Amino acid sequence: MSDVVIRAQGIGKRFRIGQQQLYRTVRETLTDAFLTPFRRSGNGARLEPRGPNTFWALRDISFEVKQGDAIGVIGPNGAGKSTLLKILSRITEPTTGVVDIRGRLSSLLEVGTGFHSELSGRENIFLNGAILGMRRAEIARKFDEMVAFAEVERFIDTPVKHYSSGMYMRLAFAVAAHLETEVLVVDEVLAVGDAQFQKKCLGKMGEVTRQGRTVLFVSHNMSAVQTLCQRALWLGQGRIVEDDLADRVISNYLRSATTTQTDRIWETPSEAPGNEAVRLRRARVRPAKGDPGGSITVQTPIVLEFEFWNLEPDAHLNLSLHVINEMGVTLFNTGPVKETVWHGRPFPRGLFRSACRIPGNLLNDGSHRVHLLVVKNQSVVIFRQEDVLAFDVSDTARTGWLGKWPGAVRPDLDWSTEFLAEENGAPALAEEQSVR
Amino acid sequence: MSAVVQETPQIRIEPSKGWSPLRLRELWEYHELLYFLAWRDVKIRYKQTVFGAAWAIIQPFLTMVVFSLFFGKLAKMPSDGVPYPIFSFAALVPWTLFNYGLTQASNSLVGSSHLITKVYFPRLIIPIASLLSGVVDFLIAFGLLLAMMVFYGIIPTIHVLWVPALVLLTLTTALGVGLWLSALNVQYRDVRFTLGFLAQLWMFATPIAYPSSLLPERWRTLYGLNPMAGVVEGFRWALLGTATRPGPMIFASAAASLVLLITGAFYFRRMERNFADVV
Repeated sequence: MSDVVIRAQGIGKRFRIGQQQLYRTVRETLTDAFLTPFRRSGNGARLEPRGPNTFWALRDISFEVKQGDAIGVIGPNGAGKSTLLKILSRITEPTTGVVDIRGRLSSLLEVGTGFHSELSGRENIFLNGAILGMRRAEIARKFDEMVAFAEVERFIDTPVKHYSSGMYMRLAFAVAAHLETEVLVVDEVLAVGDAQFQKKCLGKMGEVTRQGRTVLFVSHNMSAVQTLCQRALWLGQGRIVEDDLADRVISNYLRSATTTQTDRIWETPSEAPGNEAVRLRRARVRPAKGDPGGSITVQTPIVLEFEFWNLEPDAHLNLSLHVINEMGVTLFNTGPVKETVWHGRPFPRGLFRSACRIPGNLLNDGSHRVHLLVVKNQSVVIFRQEDVLAFDVSDTARTGWLGKWPGAVRPDLDWSTEFLAEENGAPALAEEQSVR
Repeated sequence: MSAVVQETPQIRIEPSKGWSPLRLRELWEYHELLYFLAWRDVKIRYKQTVFGAAWAIIQPFLTMVVFSLFFGKLAKMPSDGVPYPIFSFAALVPWTLFNYGLTQASNSLVGSSHLITKVYFPRLIIPIASLLSGVVDFLIAFGLLLAMMVFYGIIPTIHVLWVPALVLLTLTTALGVGLWLSALNVQYRDVRFTLGFLAQLWMFATPIAYPSSLLPERWRTLYGLNPMAGVVEGFRWALLGTATRPGPMIFASAAASLVLLITGAFYFRRMERNFADVV
């Protein structure tokens, strides 16, 4: 098909590991040169270095990208995402395989590549634009637009070393945002900068994908991938794990990334998480009723339960929980402010149990994590344990629509519907609706 | 997207083996980047210095003073019939350009690792751009050389028209060696330590403090295999009117320079595929 823009077939990339990977000394090469004659295989080809000193950062990667696709590349650190982008951008060569690219491709592996702190904003725009592959005339044409986007009009002739980091990032992204190549390859550039900047970048990226340009986008921000991309490529240990619709791949990826931990007991205090003030004994999540090991659905009321030793006399303690969903969004933070027996009273030394009940029909389906904080005097965090619990909330059987239920939470809210008038009683309304 | 079908470039990415073509056409497509990188180097070279562009003169000028004292006055070095200070300065001006270009080009790839690992463009741009920024310094020093000629009452001959060609020869030589060393430098950081020493040896192997007329005529062509020997004697001949008309010596120099440039470029292209992984 002619609308295939990128066709990758069997790409692999091998690296040498250890200190030799950095750079070789002359001595190493001389020894190598002496040994080489003895390392030739029968057909005369030099045997490639193998064994524990090399590893494949990518292996057997094949995929196709069509004109106008927006594809998210996801996977854990070290999965080969950046290496893949570097191969597509021709920064580094594959060890095996072939990639065919139709159209101009520009890559954005970092914003502000080649920025020089001594040069002014204006000068850096031209320099950076040229480095990204724009022509001088093209940069000049879009110059005003870039400056407006970066909101640095007043400082455009000031050396960028005097810029705030926010201004610097905006200026750097502004240049990149005005690239007009057919294929754009972007690596995690949105991970930097403040929330407002990220919002601006995401907006621009969305615009780019709507223009029908082809985008490959590496990110750890699943919401961003889900928003911008229809399709996702999941890489794990250098191979493609899944290549499918973004929603599906992301959900599978996230499920694989979290291992559930629903009941943890530390019998030996010295091995339990904690410090000289508090020490955990047990953390668990269970359905509020019935079998403590039973499954949790979106409708199940659940209890988060913590047993802990208080090691200091007369401490005013309370627990604080953060519940986080698979997108990394903190759903809520809760503390025992309404608890009546111990809240606000000094805790004697000893073992305590605090439990928090989460009603059914609040959490959406998907995996959830819990961070635990122990707070003293309602203000000082004396202990913090991230991911103390991790659990899955499963969906219940549904009829009708079967897609992923959107939203961070899934409350069961009250609705009402009233019958207001018969159809022929309100012709004007009906007409209006039909026009729309 | 406009419906106008422009020529869509087709790119094929695959592992390369052996020697690669130079792809000069692609290099030309990036000539604006070359310009911007060279311009950046010029622009930032004298930022935050007290003496600024005067540095372009100070170094060769002080070297000339030292040479004039020790070689000219004390050792009574012959100087082909022109005053020793201008004799040595006429050689130091192109030599400084060469030395600067060689050093900058050799360190250019390692110094631009942030570009190499983040963006694609023909890598040959980097050493070429780093070399070009030295031309500005050269022009300033050349101005001083002309001023000194006025001071000594030396009127240049028509041969002065050869100077641009000699400058070009200086640049191709510096680039040729710089390509070799910059590519080697990525793999072997030993180059960094060798560089200063190499430049120093090369300087003494070039007739800067002494005239090549110290050598018997038949050896001079061989001497020309050091391209900078040809350049330096060419400069003196073109500007000061010394009797060192280059002749076969300059041909040897040009040939040697061309060999360095071509082999350097091919070696560079061959090593290029690993730059981003190794640098």
